[in-house]
Amino acid sequence: MPHILLPTHLPGITGLLEYRKDTAAPIRQLTQILLRGDSTLTQGERELIAAVVSHANACVFCTSAHTAAADLLLGESETCEMVKQNIDSAPVSDKMKALLTIAGMVQKSGKAVTAEVVVIAKECGATDMEIHDTVLIASLFCLYNRYVDGLASVTPNETEFYRNLGERIVNHGYNRLPQGYDHLKE
Amino acid sequence: MAHIKLPDEELPGITGLFNFRPDTAVPLRLLAETLLRGNSLLSSGERELIASYVSHLNDCHFCHTSHGAAAMAHLDCEIGQIDDIKDGFVKIPISDKLGALLNIAGKVQKSGKDVLAEDIENAKSKGVADQEIHDTVLIAAAFCMFNRYVDGLGTWAPEGNEAYREMGRRMAFQGYVKR
Repeated sequence: MPHILLPTHLPGITGLLEYRKDTAAPIRQLTQILLRGDSTLTQGERELIAAVVSHANACVFCTSAHTAAADLLLGESETCEMVKQNIDSAPVSDKMKALLTIAGMVQKSGKAVTAEVVVIAKECGATDMEIHDTVLIASLFCLYNRYVDGLASVTPNETEFYRNLGERIVNHGYNRLPQGYDHLKE
Repeated sequence: MAHIKLPDEELPGITGLFNFRPDTAVPLRLLAETLLRGNSLLSSGERELIASYVSHLNDCHFCHTSHGAAAMAHLDCEIGQIDDIKDGFVKIPISDKLGALLNIAGKVQKSGKDVLAEDIENAKSKGVADQEIHDTVLIAAAFCMFNRYVDGLGTWAPEGNEAYREMGRRMAFQGYVKR
């Protein structure tokens, strides 16, 4: 049961974002820019960062949602699963390995990011903007994961829920749906 | 030196990063403005104390001291009192309600899952409303983002409390959104 009274038809983050819309607006806008805006990282690569950080924070809702989004964008489910288990042996580029390693450090603490790993990322071709965005995406998911679990919002169990959510994320992005969410009421 | 090349390396902490990517700065500034100066049952002084306390727990000197300075400006306290946030609020008077919310914020800093039903019950027994619990959790979560952004990119921060006096006043009374 959530720690505060939330709309019952909206589990996970959505009910929280509807609970206080004026704080939701900049959070949604930031997410839309970072995960869907122009970037030299693909949308799938950016969802991998979100999934890895959420997994390290043991936030089941966010991990499931962003895994579903990454799987849809990548067209397969192996990469995201492997990245969550072990970045070094996952089938991603050396640049992505370095960026995901940075994201994993950010999950622990900003201070955990070493100059060495940043040098490795740059040697693998990562640009300053890619390093910036990786750190900010990882930081943003440290917000989301704590928001979702800190208020004990409902985490559905059904795989189908996350498949639908993944599709909503891929097709509509992170802005509030123009029609709101009343259509999700049973 | 920061981990990435910032256009103006004189700008400390998050300000150098805002300058590096202005389009993400817009929602980041608006989130801080809404959370710390927007409508809330908590005063801005109380909210800045929560922000500064969480930043201290995250060992983020820039955010801890700048938001501490903003709290001191709101609460009309001496700038040196910022240190009391690190010392666990011995001198700054804290209501039972704020004490219960700071406890929740400290749990959020570790992990969302660390917030227990008993922490919430304790807060509610002190008269805390759902909205205040929501705002406390989101402020604490947001500073887990801001702190990581600032330190994860290796930005520099001025040392002593005094260097943050004017910055804190600006944050408190002019706010976070560029006008």
